[in-house]
Amino acid sequence: MTMERRVSIFRKEHFNAAHRLFVPGWTDEQNFATFGKCSNPHYHGHNYDLVVKVTGEPDARTGYVINLSDLSAIIQQQVLAKFDHKNLNLDTKEFATLNPTAENIVYVIYEILRQQIDPKFDLSVRLYETDRNFVEYPG
Amino acid sequence: MVFLTRIEHFNAAHKLFNPSWSREKNEEVFGPCANENWHGHNYELYVTIKGEPDKETGFLYDVKKLSGIIKEQVTEKLDHKNLNVEVDFLRGKMCSTENLAIGIWNELSAHLPASVKMHSVKLYETPRIFVEYFGQ
Repeated sequence: MTMERRVSIFRKEHFNAAHRLFVPGWTDEQNFATFGKCSNPHYHGHNYDLVVKVTGEPDARTGYVINLSDLSAIIQQQVLAKFDHKNLNLDTKEFATLNPTAENIVYVIYEILRQQIDPKFDLSVRLYETDRNFVEYPG
Repeated sequence: MVFLTRIEHFNAAHKLFNPSWSREKNEEVFGPCANENWHGHNYELYVTIKGEPDKETGFLYDVKKLSGIIKEQVTEKLDHKNLNVEVDFLRGKMCSTENLAIGIWNELSAHLPASVKMHSVKLYETPRIFVEYFGQ
């Protein structure tokens, strides 16, 4: 009898980006009341840390759930190439109309990665906007 | 001699872009940091002062006052701001971490009491990149 042993493996990546939180139909006063200094029209920015968690049964031959260099390459090509050193509001199609809150960013990254990672694996994405503020989307 | 450090932080947008150069030259020298639409960082700021503790208080300097001066003179001007556009003490300067550290030193030294001797400004742009300035 074989016992299923599911293991989670994590890869951490990072990117630096500028953004601004605002609702386009609102006045500056409404935006500042809701988003505070994050609504500065001249933008501000963060060092984002991204933690991608893949859960599944290790392959019987390789012992790997997923090859970490493959996972890293997927994150770099599909996520970091889009967002690193970018203005999320101005330079990305994903946030051209979607407010780039940490919540929305983690959701977008999850959806991008979900297309790339075998459906037999569970996926969860955690995004640190600062050391003290982070969000997580387990799908 | 005792060294006392206060850590503060701020988040800001910037770009590395020399306006007297072409876009191509800026991209060649500064790479993705030259993105005209800005990018950003979480900066961590370490301000270190030095001296002998006061005999009556045991303090080098009241660290709450030091924190207040750093916030008032530096981080409130930088936090959630665009460094190239909105910061008076960086106007006309390249917004490198080096120049930012020097600018912070100059702002603080102008506002700290003469009895407080600054030792260094250490500024992290990312957890892996930081500069130190000792005022010389």
